[in-house]
Amino acid sequence: MNQAATPNSFRSGPDEDGRFGIYGGRFVAETLMPLILDLQDEWSKAKTDPEFQAELASLGAHYIGRPSPLYFAERLTEELGGAKIYFKREELNHTGSHKINNCIGQILLAKRMGKTRIIAETGAGQHGVASATVAARFGFPCVVYMGATDVERQAPNVFRMRLLGAEVVPVTAGNGTLKDAMNEALRDWVTNVDDTYYLIGTAAGPHPYPEMVRDFQAVIGTEARQQILEAEGRLPDVVIAAVGGGSNAIGIFHPFLDDPGVKIVGVEAGGKGLQGEEHCASITAGSPGVLHGNRTYLLQDGDGQIKEGHSVSAGLDYPGIGPEHSWLADTGRAEYVPIMDHEALEAFQTLTRLEGIIPALEPSHALAEVIKRAPKMGKDEIILMNLSGRGDKDIFTVAKILGMEV
Amino acid sequence: MTARMDARFAALKAEGRPALITYFMGGDPDFDTSLAIMKALPGAGADVIELGMPFSDPMADGPAIQLAGQRALKAGQTLAKTLELAKLFRETDKDTPIVLMGYYNPIYIYGVEKFLDDALACGIDGLIVVDLPAEMDDELCIPALEKGINFIRLATPTTDDKRLPKVLKNSSGFVYYVSMNGITGSALPDPSLVSGAVNRIKSHTDLPVCVGFGVKTADHAKAIGAAADGVVVGTAIVAQVAGSLTKDGAATGDTVSAVATFVRGLATGVHAARLVAAE
Repeated sequence: MNQAATPNSFRSGPDEDGRFGIYGGRFVAETLMPLILDLQDEWSKAKTDPEFQAELASLGAHYIGRPSPLYFAERLTEELGGAKIYFKREELNHTGSHKINNCIGQILLAKRMGKTRIIAETGAGQHGVASATVAARFGFPCVVYMGATDVERQAPNVFRMRLLGAEVVPVTAGNGTLKDAMNEALRDWVTNVDDTYYLIGTAAGPHPYPEMVRDFQAVIGTEARQQILEAEGRLPDVVIAAVGGGSNAIGIFHPFLDDPGVKIVGVEAGGKGLQGEEHCASITAGSPGVLHGNRTYLLQDGDGQIKEGHSVSAGLDYPGIGPEHSWLADTGRAEYVPIMDHEALEAFQTLTRLEGIIPALEPSHALAEVIKRAPKMGKDEIILMNLSGRGDKDIFTVAKILGMEV
Repeated sequence: MTARMDARFAALKAEGRPALITYFMGGDPDFDTSLAIMKALPGAGADVIELGMPFSDPMADGPAIQLAGQRALKAGQTLAKTLELAKLFRETDKDTPIVLMGYYNPIYIYGVEKFLDDALACGIDGLIVVDLPAEMDDELCIPALEKGINFIRLATPTTDDKRLPKVLKNSSGFVYYVSMNGITGSALPDPSLVSGAVNRIKSHTDLPVCVGFGVKTADHAKAIGAAADGVVVGTAIVAQVAGSLTKDGAATGDTVSAVATFVRGLATGVHAARLVAAE
């Protein structure tokens, strides 16, 4: 999947120890170390195995519905009066988001490794649903750890997971959000090392997860690059995606990293504002630290204790970010900006009314950045945005904020 | 200092019994009470003290130690204050080795160089950092060894013979054998399996091998101690602290004595361990 590394390439990481510059690595308990090395071994064999790649491609086409369309948002473009806006329609995938791309890849690896049980963590529930889906498809029992707060605010996805046969375990530790769910999944894994595969949903965690998840998600950018060349005969000027852990973003960014004319913009959850505590802008307002197996930008206090994030979007509610994003930020190859809850909510409504697409609250953050940028750009310029998930899961949250009855 | 640790294990070897290694959480339920607990430990029979550094996200710990860390953080504990605990303890005890145990991020944020200098100045003898496996030795292990602080490594049932040499390579002080896969506070493993595992590790190293995870009573301590150079007890001690607190998590007059009485019981078990082994 990776193209050959060229000198000074932004696409050649991580190194053999899983590092992107100072970020990444393998900060895990000894109990997990042999498992992570096994996984790395199997992954390095699988990625060059034509049979594995063929099965992945076939499931991508017939089960997920790939390639996802590239869509020119004509009315939004007209309304904003600037750059042409294209969406990569990952929300049309089976299960409604980009998360399935990674889950299909990892379940094939779990099968190869002879594992018999799947565990996963989830925030918004999109990764939980995608994990439960592939577990059902391949006949694995599946346990999904989900913060108790998220279980409450993402009830439809909890029901979906249970329908699919997964056991959803609400986690009450901490604030009961994604970070706490990830701690609990790691505790399960450390206890059930022999039979269990930990299906991490974002491009973070110990090596090889950040690389592996990125490679499974890079299909988004690879397709989009080809599609925009077909549609416009050239590459976009800007690529924009929302970043929580950062898997949809790295998926669309990665194939464009060595195109110097393409500006890369990641959008973090600014929550209620960066001055206070209630946001999830790890890069914009955090600092480098070590959590969940990797070194990366984190929200933390002066004693190295991890803070709880806040975002209207459960999927962005994580106090860290994938290590490759931290490296891209430090090198200046990508820019990371915050979008506040209220801006994302406005964008959510704008897209719904102008294009007849209900986006998830996560890509609504990316959309709010598009809405800010497009009017300042020329009509001959192009923005490509990853529309990473659909908003059906969020209608209750949005209704509550807007004071509407569902 | 590596000397204090080596001297303690040499003395215990001469005495013919395993070490009792007691873990408690620094700052739980508050700074002063945890200092009183620490000072009471050697008199109750602790040979080595593991001083827990609280962390917001203790991924390898069970609920008891996780809650202890939350109580400590709520009471305002920081890494600097945990070092201060050791410093105050050292004013009255020059001989009991202290091992700091916790996770890497607070140390990384404190600054590795400054942390090691301050730890040495406070009389720290060793470090156990759960999320720094051998692959990450450059981060803290090598700098610690260069300064003369032991880096104590965890070996687990998943650490096979192929991997053991890598794990043991930069280990010093003692080897902490985690007797089962899982989080702290899990059930006690079969002592006969533990004995086999200890012998397996001993075939690779001359370091003392101490065993932990799941030891809750004097009988457990006796059974595990028969097969190992030391017995580590953590969760059960932290549970004694928790059980003595008010509903709001404040210390009571019983907190320190509950821990001391419990540790005295464990010490009886450990002291009887080699009698079992000799039978």
